[in-house]
Amino acid sequence: MNATASPEYPNAYLYKRIVQAKLFIEDNYASKIDLNNISDEAYFSKFHFIRIFKRTYGRTPHQYLTYLRIERAAELLCNNISVSEACYSVGFETLSSFGSLFKRVKGVTPSAFLMQQQQTQMDIAATPLAFVPGCFVHQHGWNEK
Amino acid sequence: MISKLTHICVYVLDQERARDFYTNKLGFKVKIDVPMPNGAKWLTVTPPDQPDMELTLFPLVVGKKFTEEVIATMKELISNSVFGPGVFLCNDIYATYEELKSKSVEFIKVPTKELYAIEALFKDDSGNFFSLHQR
Repeated sequence: MNATASPEYPNAYLYKRIVQAKLFIEDNYASKIDLNNISDEAYFSKFHFIRIFKRTYGRTPHQYLTYLRIERAAELLCNNISVSEACYSVGFETLSSFGSLFKRVKGVTPSAFLMQQQQTQMDIAATPLAFVPGCFVHQHGWNEK
Repeated sequence: MISKLTHICVYVLDQERARDFYTNKLGFKVKIDVPMPNGAKWLTVTPPDQPDMELTLFPLVVGKKFTEEVIATMKELISNSVFGPGVFLCNDIYATYEELKSKSVEFIKVPTKELYAIEALFKDDSGNFFSLHQR
């Protein structure tokens, strides 16, 4: 089967533009971007763009941007980056808006999340095999002297 | 009564390259990254919306029953795309297909309507192939 041939499905050009807009958000989430930037990127009118984006990804572009910023901030916190550095480096302008959004999505404040991650990292360093299911440990003989 | 599957093992040719593929191309998240006694890492990734389903990206390293001969055979089978470890589900297969294609993911079947789903097939960086479904 030739997978390089043009796919034959409806609205292929539209899909390419929506994907282009999603990737634009992913490349620029840490900058000050707004919906007009994003819809311009996809060559759509703003409202048409929001409707199609939500139908495709289950989130509006703004919701996706917020989701992405929170997830990237969580990754930074997992790597022991401070709360304020994580906040500003993913594009939030204030610690309070970051803190309340983070808590709404993750269920804990950024500082509590950071402490949980630090504790997990210490536990992993102390007893790494405790984090690996026994079938894999047995398969590779990691528990044998 | 068994209720769920939580881990599957995907053998990969290069663990760091696989990490890059699964996170930066497929959008998965690293869940655990722990060094193991033989120099390998216990590295698991999860699909974005399924944090309790871990794919362990397993390097082929010598140990216990994994002799050099076994590993050489497995490497050949994986790189020749003998193994298809599973099926991923997506919300919109055409958008997912376009996105992965733009990231140079290799497809061996374009989205096609089948009786069970709209399906495409793609390969990871090692040669393992997966179905991508929209139901």
